[in-house]
Amino acid sequence: MLVDQLKTGLDAPICLTWELTYACNLACVHCLSSSGRRDPNELSTAEAKAVIDELQAMQVFYINIGGGEPMVRPDFFELLEYAIAHQVGVKFSTNGTKLDAGKAVRLAAMDYLDVQISLDGATAEINDKVRGVGSYAASIAAMENLAAANFGPFKISVVITRENVTQLDAFQAIADTYGAELRLTRLRPSGRGADTWHELHPTNDQQRMLYNWLLDHPQTLTGDSFFHLSAFGEALPGLNLCGAGRVVCLIDPVGDVYACPFVLHDEFKAGSVRDSGGFTHIWRGSDLFTSLREPQSPGACGSCGSYDACQGGCMAAKFFTGLPLDGPDPECVFGNADEALALVGTGSAPSPGPGHSKPVSVKLSSRPTSLALHR
Amino acid sequence: MGTNKNTTAITTGPSEHADEIVDDMLIEEISIDGMCGVY
Amino acid sequence: MALDPTQPYELHSQVALRPEPFGALAYHYGNRRLTFLKSVEMVDLVSQLDRHPSINAAIESIGIPVERRDAYLRSLVALEASEVIHAR
Repeated sequence: MLVDQLKTGLDAPICLTWELTYACNLACVHCLSSSGRRDPNELSTAEAKAVIDELQAMQVFYINIGGGEPMVRPDFFELLEYAIAHQVGVKFSTNGTKLDAGKAVRLAAMDYLDVQISLDGATAEINDKVRGVGSYAASIAAMENLAAANFGPFKISVVITRENVTQLDAFQAIADTYGAELRLTRLRPSGRGADTWHELHPTNDQQRMLYNWLLDHPQTLTGDSFFHLSAFGEALPGLNLCGAGRVVCLIDPVGDVYACPFVLHDEFKAGSVRDSGGFTHIWRGSDLFTSLREPQSPGACGSCGSYDACQGGCMAAKFFTGLPLDGPDPECVFGNADEALALVGTGSAPSPGPGHSKPVSVKLSSRPTSLALHR
Repeated sequence: MGTNKNTTAITTGPSEHADEIVDDMLIEEISIDGMCGVY
Repeated sequence: MALDPTQPYELHSQVALRPEPFGALAYHYGNRRLTFLKSVEMVDLVSQLDRHPSINAAIESIGIPVERRDAYLRSLVALEASEVIHAR
């Protein structure tokens, strides 16, 4: 079976996420990379190009460039063009604040480039509660700019929360307005997400509703992030497998390589592209990735008939909620983790740490701070 | 583009060996966005 | 869409083949479609299509057993549908 071969890993990733910078001009409540302040040790332009050279040699077909906000890097377009010129297709994720009319025209002239605009509410009211006042308007403005420049289909990527899961049809309507592809993704308790996961993650009833909506809208992209919901019944489209360290991974702004973007923690750090042997050696020979490619034990999930469907869920979700990795996902659709979750002591789950968060972030419980989006 | 009038043309359609088709497919398409771990 | 195995075909110019233990990954940079080719013979076949006057000739040259040829042709139909191969 193909999936079995992928679980043992490939000689090169199929796709990977590359966070270009920890700098960001927004301060979203749930930021999985705890971004905000630039790290002084970021990869230089030359170092970034060396990584691209390695990706080309490994035939990595497609990368997702993110951050922080990747468009704030002065060499953003230079790196985009370098990647594309070296057989590495690019999708980049952006909050849209820097995607003005001129940039949209420039992007529209580039081939092998996909753009993904972040949006976490179908209305400013819902969106701005997690992304900050003015962020909804900035995302829509970016979409308008891409449309005016005849960019073609772009992606709108949503992190599903308790608050926006009732807006699925409205999200689809926004995507349809622009001929864009809608992408719905899972909220993880990663980065700043750890602070608000308990209040923001969807309830099980909402998970079931989402699952049914996804079955009814099979063209919706998900990045395979809801494979834990396949335990509800019919498998969702996608590989339904954790790709971390097997077919995907993350490169962070200072060149550290992690299993995936949702586990920015030493426990899941495989090495640095600055080590001798570069990214290639880490992918092929790091201890972490080698161990992730070994057969995983179902552990406590072994007695559940649905393990084949859900694979025990997401290791990032388990890790950052303080649950054992060889047991059920905190959002197990059968509630198999509910008891254990309730027993996790406050402050005892592994902490992502402050990361690169700025001192002042959007706070979920208070009125959103007005952020200076135009610099 | 192949011509539909050619009698040697192969088209997708039902076959008497429906089960074998599923087992014999030597290709499988996966969405480039269908692997978990990319945001 | 009708695949004609008596006609010459070729791999699409925007498709990259990446060898794997199970066969190969085929990625079409233009339409972003990713296809797993699940046997080494399938990889050889799509790679060599452009060297033969027809699909049938390519299949013959690679030495695919007669009883397996239907399976290969069905897969080629799917590859044409996703634009991995086309008539040349």
